[in-house]
Amino acid sequence: MTPLLAAEGVTKSYGGRIGCSDVSMSLHAGEVLAIVGESGSGKTTLLRCLSGHLPVTAGKVRYTLRDGRHVSLDDLSEAERRLLMRTDWGFVHQDARDGLRMGVSAGANVGERMMAVGDRHYGRIRASAVDWLTRVEIPEDRIDDSPWSYSGGMRQRLQIARNLVTSPRLVFMDEPTGGLDVSVQARLLDLIRGLVRKLDLAAIVVTHDLAVARLLSTRMMVMQQGRVIETGLTDQVLEDPQAPYTQLLVSSVLQV
Amino acid sequence: MNPPAYNFAYLNEQTKRMIRRAILKAIAIPGYQVPFASREMPMPYGWGTGGVQVTAAVLTPDDTLKVIDQGADDTTNAVSIRKFFIKTAAVKTTERTEEASIIQTRHRIPEARLTENQILVFQVPIPEPLRFLEPRETETRKMHALEEYGVMHVKLYEDIAHYGQIATTYAYPAKVADRYVFDPSPIPKFDNPKLDNCPALQLFGAGREKRIYAIPPYTRVKSLDFEDHPFEIQTWDQPCALCGSRDSFLDEIVTDDRGGRLFVCSDTDFCARQRGEA
Amino acid sequence: MYVAVKGGEQAIDAAHRLLAEERRGDPTVPAVTLAQIAEQLTLAVDRVMNEGSLYDRDLAALAIKQARGDLIEAIFLIRAARTTLARFGYALPLETRDMQVKRRVSAAFKDIPGGQILGPTFDYTHRLLDAALVDDSEPEAAWTAPASPGTAMPRVLDLLGHEGLIEKPSGDDCEPGDLTQDPLNFPTGRDLRLQNLARGDEGFLLALAYSTQRGYGRTHPFAGEIRLGVVEVCFVPEELGFPVAIGEITVTECEMINQFKGSADVPPQFTRGYGLGFGQCERKTMSMALVDRSLRAGELGEERVAPAQDEEFVLSHSDNVQATGFVEHLKLPHYVDFQSELVLLRRLRANAAKARLEAAE
Repeated sequence: MTPLLAAEGVTKSYGGRIGCSDVSMSLHAGEVLAIVGESGSGKTTLLRCLSGHLPVTAGKVRYTLRDGRHVSLDDLSEAERRLLMRTDWGFVHQDARDGLRMGVSAGANVGERMMAVGDRHYGRIRASAVDWLTRVEIPEDRIDDSPWSYSGGMRQRLQIARNLVTSPRLVFMDEPTGGLDVSVQARLLDLIRGLVRKLDLAAIVVTHDLAVARLLSTRMMVMQQGRVIETGLTDQVLEDPQAPYTQLLVSSVLQV
Repeated sequence: MNPPAYNFAYLNEQTKRMIRRAILKAIAIPGYQVPFASREMPMPYGWGTGGVQVTAAVLTPDDTLKVIDQGADDTTNAVSIRKFFIKTAAVKTTERTEEASIIQTRHRIPEARLTENQILVFQVPIPEPLRFLEPRETETRKMHALEEYGVMHVKLYEDIAHYGQIATTYAYPAKVADRYVFDPSPIPKFDNPKLDNCPALQLFGAGREKRIYAIPPYTRVKSLDFEDHPFEIQTWDQPCALCGSRDSFLDEIVTDDRGGRLFVCSDTDFCARQRGEA
Repeated sequence: MYVAVKGGEQAIDAAHRLLAEERRGDPTVPAVTLAQIAEQLTLAVDRVMNEGSLYDRDLAALAIKQARGDLIEAIFLIRAARTTLARFGYALPLETRDMQVKRRVSAAFKDIPGGQILGPTFDYTHRLLDAALVDDSEPEAAWTAPASPGTAMPRVLDLLGHEGLIEKPSGDDCEPGDLTQDPLNFPTGRDLRLQNLARGDEGFLLALAYSTQRGYGRTHPFAGEIRLGVVEVCFVPEELGFPVAIGEITVTECEMINQFKGSADVPPQFTRGYGLGFGQCERKTMSMALVDRSLRAGELGEERVAPAQDEEFVLSHSDNVQATGFVEHLKLPHYVDFQSELVLLRRLRANAAKARLEAAE
């Protein structure tokens, strides 16, 4: 079966500095992959390459479109790539302010993607916005409020709703629970896990937090200094880490 | 010291040719903002330099020019621009809409239906309809190229969510020939329907922002809206106090400090005609 | 009854006559002559020529007089005259290396070949109002060092360049663009950026330059060299095919030495910022050089975060003729748009009142 997303030898360098180097991976529909590593390990650079936000220095990223064509992102026109990003893909930023349109109401944030793909019925857009806010546990009466008035956790949930309204098949998440209180994190992780399962989403989650990886992902990739040093089923990697660096990560975090 | 001597309609011929090329391109791609090397004009930016350059480029000695601001021929900006062309081009001028071959306007479209023999020139302050949603030119250019206009509806959505209706009353964005979203300049939305399928050529000049765009005659212009909140224009409860018209745009005149108000046609030529004057 | 609108034309004429009268001021005071402006308000004339983009002291003096000393208005008058002039072609690049120097200082070296030449400067004056200027007393004759033609005055940055300590001037050998002939398109090149800055408002550039010194896009500048003097303008007429000198102009040039930079391929070097303007305009050219350097952030691989590094922001707002026009256009009538807003606002308020009433019932 053709994977949904596949990378071959993806390398990104900034001048002489390596962002990520020679990464190959594949992701199937409905699968959740975690990319873990400490800051500076290249995981966010990799995520941005995989999601078409950064041009790669070498290698290829391929994606299976809804019509079944398995294409390289380079071969898509910018128009096609941008359409993909606002329909079939979602991107959840660590800082919700980067992913939301802070100047407009929560409802408009959720409705934007529908309008972007041509929906011109206010009532329908509004109903969808209400539906999605409810699904991410935001009270309906907050629909016309500005995201500025939302707490950090609510903003993050709003960002998720905004991404999911067009029923994407793949969502990229960059430290989705970073910067939130522990109790808020737990609730958000629970919500994400529920949505991913219910909607049969594929997702790539970048995190430095092994607990997040364990809770959300089925498979994981460990990165260090721009390279993938270990991959496998999440449980397997966490139970029986092979690479010394992974062993260090696992022992330093999980046993505390 | 030799102060410069001025050419017909002020601009030199080289400059006029450059502007005409931009106009031709604008007509070929309706609604697309064509960059042009706007010149300094002897009136300030924001006071109609774009419109004046467009008029100067299309003006011939046989033309009859009408200039209006806020619909009136006698407002300061209109007077100043009309005098400029009398001085630099010695063309005939008129206040009558139907006599004019070129009408330069700020903020209004005449009430009388225009004809195929006329050119309407708009003065445009901010040509980019996406500007207040996205300040970057590099980004808005891309949005036009890729027809990414969803954000325009986000603005309209916000209006309805907060006010129960679309609260944009002038410079109301519209789509030209099913392709480019454009800013019709700060005309009231009352005038938007006149843009659609208009027999006259409509040219838009933005001097400071260095853009020219056009709506060729008989081109479809559709104001943005929602299916369930269709575009609608302003209405008044009373007719014009002077001519009794019920279907023209009315200006409000404060007559005293006790709440006295009078509503009269903004298009002074139309109003005079309705009254059978002149 | 139709009182509010008619009579615009007469009112404008009357306003202009009043302006002419105010411009002249008290008729018992002699009118200021263009020669006086050109000779005694030289720095105002320089600024008007600079931002007006036209080297003509007489026209600049006329513009200042006509504008009642409002320099932005005078700049505007010059621009409007300039734009109508026919173009014969482009002069060759100025050779500032061959400048007849009136002033030349470097803050980077104590002494430099050719020496530090202070020239006419406010720099070391005490800013005390000078009663001697109240009447028309003549100043003492200036001492000038005996002219020593032939003294070589190499540019300070060239001295660093010989050792490879400073980058080669960036840019290619393409014909520079001309933003008075072609609209500015973003992203743009350094040629057009410099042209834009040269025409840009002194106050705007000064504030931006200042912001870079206060941490909004720091560039660690040193004033490598500032020189003021006369240079020849050369032009190649098509029919001749060789350059001829067509005149001399006074210019100020500022070359900044900035923060060094290295990469895998190039060892660390200082970088450059450049400013050039008509007449004596050190504040302007220094500001220009700082902003030029900041705008090169992208090219030099620096993160663009500060206003002075943002090309679209800086170049779109630097022109004071554009800026003053658009700000001041708010004085023009906006009856129609305002009426549209009034109609809407009344309707919204009526709806709200109705809703309140219904809620109360």
